[in-house]
Amino acid sequence: MATEPLLEVTDLVKHFPVKRGILIDREVDQVKAVDGISFSIPRGQTLGLVGESGSGKSTACRAVLQLIKPTSGSVKFEGQEIAGFSRRRMRPLRREMQMIFQDPYASLNPRKRIGQIVGDPLKRQGVASGSELRKRVNELLDRVGLQTEHYNRFPHEFSGGQRQRIGIARALALQPKLVIADEPVSALDVSIQAQIINLLDDLQDEFGLTYLFVAHDIGVVRHISDRIAVMHDGKIVEEGSADQVCERPVDSYTKKLLAAVPIPDPRESRDRRAGAPASS
Amino acid sequence: MSPSAPILAVRDLRVGFATEGGLVQAVDGVNFELRPGEVLAIVGESGSGKSVTAQTIIGLTRSSNARIEGSVELDGEELIDASDATMRQLRGERIGMVFQDPMTSFNPVYRIGSQIVEAIRAHRGDVGKDEARARVVELFDSVGIPNAERRVDDYPHEFSGGMRQRAMIAMALALEPEVLIADEPTTALDVTIQAQILALLGELNRKRDLATILITHDLGVVAEVADRVLVMYAGKVVEKGTLDEIFYDPQHPYTWGLLGSLTRLDRPRPKRLPQISGSPPSLLALPDGCAFRPRCPHEFAKCTELPDLRERITDAPGHCDRCWLDPEEKRAKRQVEGQIGLEAPA
Repeated sequence: MATEPLLEVTDLVKHFPVKRGILIDREVDQVKAVDGISFSIPRGQTLGLVGESGSGKSTACRAVLQLIKPTSGSVKFEGQEIAGFSRRRMRPLRREMQMIFQDPYASLNPRKRIGQIVGDPLKRQGVASGSELRKRVNELLDRVGLQTEHYNRFPHEFSGGQRQRIGIARALALQPKLVIADEPVSALDVSIQAQIINLLDDLQDEFGLTYLFVAHDIGVVRHISDRIAVMHDGKIVEEGSADQVCERPVDSYTKKLLAAVPIPDPRESRDRRAGAPASS
Repeated sequence: MSPSAPILAVRDLRVGFATEGGLVQAVDGVNFELRPGEVLAIVGESGSGKSVTAQTIIGLTRSSNARIEGSVELDGEELIDASDATMRQLRGERIGMVFQDPMTSFNPVYRIGSQIVEAIRAHRGDVGKDEARARVVELFDSVGIPNAERRVDDYPHEFSGGMRQRAMIAMALALEPEVLIADEPTTALDVTIQAQILALLGELNRKRDLATILITHDLGVVAEVADRVLVMYAGKVVEKGTLDEIFYDPQHPYTWGLLGSLTRLDRPRPKRLPQISGSPPSLLALPDGCAFRPRCPHEFAKCTELPDLRERITDAPGHCDRCWLDPEEKRAKRQVEGQIGLEAPA
């Protein structure tokens, strides 16, 4: 059993320069989108990253995957340092780490058929072609709850939930070890959210996947995560087991975040309002 | 709640749109009454008809390919066949509106304050510019925008999402309407901001006796502010009742499913999140009878016949639903691992 974590991030920093001037670009300020965060994820586990808009969670994901170059810090994947890797050096590693995006309407090429979309990673990485490719794609479609007859359809023919299933099938095509999911259910209807979360859960058990699950909905994050890290202003303000962070938060920002989540129980929310009058 | 006369009454509202694929019956027979000081939540998924219902009330769905039937009465006055000029006069003046996306609701090239001043002066010709501006400052104060005097001269992009939504609410309230329609007012906001906006809406409701229609998909938000709830599915109301009836004695399996699939921070997490299988039906190809039937684990022979919306339990007048199951049977069937939920399909 490997004891080293699959992903280890240390002091990751991503600053964006704020420039002024026409002829001479002067750097007048910096946006500290990610300001020195550290976390690690053991194999087969899920780390949930929660935070509000602008907290830096999406930038953190992109910096981990080297889709943007981190300003400084270390990202170790299976013990190997990948921070600052060029696109070419990252390419073989892309098989191992995949991403699921938020907007299932924007993340699928509208002019490609589902079979092509899901099969493309396999083709590009030279894993399969021809009838083998088709067989693999059909297996994937089946696994995420779609049917073989969907192979030749276009993305617009699918609902939001189905599109997210297509995105998941594409992410899993290369049998990655790490899957980074950035708000994978927040664009979906309530009744569909639960389906997708359960699917992600099942796939994790089946393929031993490791997830970095990013979302603003702390209820969803708690459900799927082993550990939760709370981000605020580019920093991780609290990290702990999912239940500990949600039930016994230590940091004041985490407490504020949890207190703001509406409880879908009229009696409890009446009690809560009576106990602590909300500010207006 | 005082049994005062309803300010808004919607009866048998039906809205259909002609499309290439045929007639889409987006709203199919909606009935409700709204009283001053009351918050009515309309809950449903995309395509359930909740937003079309709200937009039709204020006359925003009128077009050559729309078929609108039924009645919408505002304080006794029929709005369905009212002229466009009347509707224009009435929007803002008597019915205020708040939309989901505060970014696209303001014109980006005009100062926020002057847009609200313009709205006020369009309806109240006798109000001078300075007077209207003073009124906007007052409104900004009342919805909790700090430095109101200065912020009225800001452009929309200088406002954060939460502040923009407050400005939107200020604009909706500028002419002191009797009814406020809020369509997913907090969906685009962070939770901490959402809590502030909900508290603000609740406060306005009490202070001004404002009748509010809140459209949302989030049952957590509903629990925070609503008095009564309408659950919509595929264009029809499948259940309606008071807030507590809907949460503690829900009669329709779809409502059970919605309640069951919530992630709840106040309870230990279940191994598996209860889900509703399948997806909402296409309005162009609705099944016979109950529209929820294909996704319902409790379906039986009678479900191919459309159940009417009526009271089916004896102890709760006004609590109506569209489900053929026997109420006692329902109470047993909706218990999934000790909580209300929809059982997994066999």
